[in-house]
Amino acid sequence: MTVYLLKRLAIALITLVLASMVVFAVLEIIPGDPARLMLGLNASADQVELLRNQMGLNAPLAARYLHWAGGLLSLDFGRSYTYSVPVIELVRERVVVSLPLALIALALSTIIAIPVGLFSAGRHGRAGDTIAMGAAQLGVAVPNFWFALMLIYLFAVWLRLVPAGGFPGWSAGVWPALKSLVLPAIALALPQAAILARVTRSALIEVLNEDYIRTARAKGLPYRAVLWRHALRNAMIPVLTILGLQFAFLLAGTIIIENVFYLPGLGRLVFQAITQRDLIVVESVVMLLVAAVIAVNLLVDLSYAVVDPRLRSRQ
Amino acid sequence: MTLRFDIPRENFADILVKAFTNRSFLAGFVITVLVAAVAIVSFFWTPFDVTRLIIADKTQAPSPAHWFGTDHFGRDILSMIMVGARNSIAVALVAVGIGMGIGVPLGAFAAARGGIVDEAVMRLNDLVFAFPALLSAIMITAIFGPGALNAIIAIGIFNIPVFARVARAGALAIWPREFILAARAAGKGRTLITLEHVLPNIVTLLLVQGTIQFALGILAEAGLSYVGLGTQPPMPSWGRMLFDAQTRMVAAPWMAIFPGMAIVVTVLGLNLLGDGIADILDPKSRRQR
Repeated sequence: MTVYLLKRLAIALITLVLASMVVFAVLEIIPGDPARLMLGLNASADQVELLRNQMGLNAPLAARYLHWAGGLLSLDFGRSYTYSVPVIELVRERVVVSLPLALIALALSTIIAIPVGLFSAGRHGRAGDTIAMGAAQLGVAVPNFWFALMLIYLFAVWLRLVPAGGFPGWSAGVWPALKSLVLPAIALALPQAAILARVTRSALIEVLNEDYIRTARAKGLPYRAVLWRHALRNAMIPVLTILGLQFAFLLAGTIIIENVFYLPGLGRLVFQAITQRDLIVVESVVMLLVAAVIAVNLLVDLSYAVVDPRLRSRQ
Repeated sequence: MTLRFDIPRENFADILVKAFTNRSFLAGFVITVLVAAVAIVSFFWTPFDVTRLIIADKTQAPSPAHWFGTDHFGRDILSMIMVGARNSIAVALVAVGIGMGIGVPLGAFAAARGGIVDEAVMRLNDLVFAFPALLSAIMITAIFGPGALNAIIAIGIFNIPVFARVARAGALAIWPREFILAARAAGKGRTLITLEHVLPNIVTLLLVQGTIQFALGILAEAGLSYVGLGTQPPMPSWGRMLFDAQTRMVAAPWMAIFPGMAIVVTVLGLNLLGDGIADILDPKSRRQR
């Protein structure tokens, strides 16, 4: 158990270091001089050289990487070229939109998908299963940003139940803020829920064919108890794996969905930064999201051990 | 190169009968062929010229002349969807090609060698998996500027570890089999065994994964073009059409409805096709995604 945990932790750390090297290397090969970008075209060569020294751009490659990576560890991402404020401040303002959105969407998709999967597996091959899986098949094919546009059309333009976009900020109160996250969260969650429901169903059907399920039934346990207590728990491993992968897609999806709803999150920040060639912001946000993906997958690995006692006892 | 099947092969007629009695396959096959046909036809003929802007005809509702209406430049939406189809298919197809071309050899190699090589390949996989296609596309765009090629590269890179994993898992299941032992006893090397015995037996797995990644590629290309990281105007693309529609939802909802439905139908068709192939060729391995 300890060996398993340590190995997963080591793998996550190695991946994180390699990923930071990739991101740093990309920053390096980008043409253009950040110092010249900050000072503008009229700056003299001396001024640019001075700023290059101040920014540490003249140090050797390895030293610059270590300095940058060291900064990341203390959440010092450097300063934005265009806003002239620390990148972490920009990130802090935006993450309070993106993170709740991703988490609400993740929770929503799980709440929808697991019961649908249970329902379908319990009625394997019957009409209810066919209808639910047909809907899931359709859900998998729907791009979330198009679904978002349709939701806006229906709920914001026609029914006027929720705002079509924008974000009042958490300072305007929790309810108005949540209200403007409802449609984006649904748009993100439903296509993911469709995938998750399919995985849950097929994992459950596989488990339901096992001998111990027959034993549990034979000793007189009602079908529902078997489904929830024995089958669901054993089917959790593939479900958790997909949940971990989905978090990566949700984060990426958040970036796109924020553009549909004009939400001031990390996605909007990154696209503004691309147009303004504020590369340090782009790299910081990418690095942050990559770190989040790696962290979530580590959590999934660790949760296997919680869900599956066989993994716990094995070394 | 001759591919020899070690597992008894069903004859082709049997497979055909199975295929055309499988509802999922049949529906997916028909949809996919239709979409491909539309894309091919668009090279020779579209109802209207998509490069000509006729401002007098802008944002017209669907009518007998313009079945799906017109956009804000007076272009025919149906014609743009037809041209957009070949763009989506091309990007997704090349991205699957990149993923298979690099991923399958990597995965097969890792399975054949095992030990440190296997470990190294899997760690490389973890690394690439940490960069969702959108993040790669953002970085590539930051370096080279936006373009359709970025979308292909970003989606292709993300496909590599997917195929590497499938190929490795499939190959690992084949290696302990008796016929591999027999081949080794006959003095064949690992590379030859991989080519002659392992790969032919995991073709089904790869084919099914290929259709999944093809469908995901079409979704990803639409997403990237929607946020301006993929195909650039004036080349029509489904994602870009949705971006143009966004600010005109009230005045011209058809601008958003039809390109979106084109994406849904295409992806649905590919997914059904993949499900069908998985069912027909190997009823035991229900596709999981």
